[in-house]
Amino acid sequence: MRREGLDDPPGGGSGDVGSVIRADGLEVGYRDHVVWKDASFTVERGEFIALIGPNGAGKTTLFRLLLGLQRPRAGTLTVFGVRPERGNPRIGYVPQRHTIDNETNVESETLVRLGGSGARWGPGFSWRAEREAAAVALRAVGATELAHRPLGALSGGELQRIFLAEALIGNPEMLLLDEPLSNLDLRRSRELVELVHGLVQSRHVTTLLVAHDINPLIECLDKVIYVANGHVATGRPDEVLTSEGLSALYGVSVEVLHDSRNNIVIVGGENPHEGRGP
Amino acid sequence: MTDFSWNLVTDLRLMWSFHFMQNAFEAGTMIAVVAGIVGYLVVLRRSAFATHALGHGGFSGAAAAVLLGANPVYGLLVFTMGMGTGMALLGQRAANRDVEIGTLLAFTLGLGLVFLSLYKGFADEVYSLLFGEILGISDAGVVLTVEVSAVVLAGLALIARRLLFASLDEDVAEAKGLPMFGLGLAFMLMLAVAISIAVQIVGVLLIFALMVTPAAVAIRLTQRPLYAVLTSVAVALVATWVGLFVQFFSNYPASFFIVAIAFGGYLSVRIGQALAGRLSRRAAPSTPAPS
Repeated sequence: MRREGLDDPPGGGSGDVGSVIRADGLEVGYRDHVVWKDASFTVERGEFIALIGPNGAGKTTLFRLLLGLQRPRAGTLTVFGVRPERGNPRIGYVPQRHTIDNETNVESETLVRLGGSGARWGPGFSWRAEREAAAVALRAVGATELAHRPLGALSGGELQRIFLAEALIGNPEMLLLDEPLSNLDLRRSRELVELVHGLVQSRHVTTLLVAHDINPLIECLDKVIYVANGHVATGRPDEVLTSEGLSALYGVSVEVLHDSRNNIVIVGGENPHEGRGP
Repeated sequence: MTDFSWNLVTDLRLMWSFHFMQNAFEAGTMIAVVAGIVGYLVVLRRSAFATHALGHGGFSGAAAAVLLGANPVYGLLVFTMGMGTGMALLGQRAANRDVEIGTLLAFTLGLGLVFLSLYKGFADEVYSLLFGEILGISDAGVVLTVEVSAVVLAGLALIARRLLFASLDEDVAEAKGLPMFGLGLAFMLMLAVAISIAVQIVGVLLIFALMVTPAAVAIRLTQRPLYAVLTSVAVALVATWVGLFVQFFSNYPASFFIVAIAFGGYLSVRIGQALAGRLSRRAAPSTPAPS
């Protein structure tokens, strides 16, 4: 397993030709503010990756780059071998922010179907193929019985399943999930992680998941991308989440502790649960 | 006051023997269809305040048109479309921007006051702009209403699905490559046109009766967008037709009956659903509420 951007100088991300994502010397920012820089990493097909880091560290910004919604200020980024462009049907996306709320009296199946056909012209009321695709996507996330429930009446965990189905309906090769666990209790978090992990394994869909807390994920992950203090570190969880590695990343002394059930607690420097800029 | 008989066929035949009533029904039907459909998107996108502001801003445009001796509808169209463009420029979901819309609203109403003070003696026009006066619509007015309605309906048919997607899941729609500013602008322009023609029936003060209430009824009755749009149009049509009918035989303003019927529909749905919810809870007391 490669290890980059920790102690070694970054830029050594020379992966296989078939890498799904290839980032080399990436730098992003808004106007005169640099969010992070010198990010070099590769993501291979079928990997399950967590993006971890404090609030405002630039995790969602990486998603925006991958979706073609934002351009890097420096460096190169390719997704499926080409520069990312908006509207890539090979990517399924679940954003952190959603327009719907508990007043939205629209059945769930409508949203799932729009995930597949929402960019089409014309009114398009009810096509059989579209309904069937929605049914397949809903079944894949175990939400068949939610199809005709209104979005506004769903719980947080149920909603995340619907969003996942909306992202899956076009059979994407990559999933970008932004904070899907943020409003879920521990049990629902684990259920959703198991669901996503199952999809990664059965469909070989490359999955990047933004999370605050790595603990519900740690057993399923292939890689961690840790974003903090203007830098990005990539590697296996046990490589990245070490006292030395995170201390180097933050630039101050950080300690990684393990409890009896192998949960990770990060102490000092910044707490990833309530992180602030240094 | 026209004589009302209990024979509905005779009544309808009598009513439609008047040219101005034919005009009113033709224009009213088109307006109800457009308002019912656009209203669903207004409710879905939480754009009620934008609708309110566009109607009132349109009032100033209409006052300016009257001042220049033109058909008020042209003033309405120019002002509402201008304001709609301004709101679209404010942001993708300008509908939620209360403060900006309020600022724009105050300014356009101020303009309206200037036009009013410049032009003396147009109390009748002002009154019909505020509360609607569909019986006065001219042949040319009917043609204009049908034409702009057809443009809005064709535009809606083209972008309905994209607009629904952008309204329900903005961030995903943007990532899928939908032109969010273009869709927001298209929606505001359609809303502007719908309001401009609907003002002819219900006036700027009662615009919600056609632009919001029918859709508010529909969205409570069905969760499927197509059914909701059809229901919304049906409510708007019934309210408009019955309103015109009652006005013809009573000489009370149609606007009032349209507002009353639409509101009656809304109230019945809310009460009916509250009762149904109570009954179903009583029938199955052990079922826990969905979490």
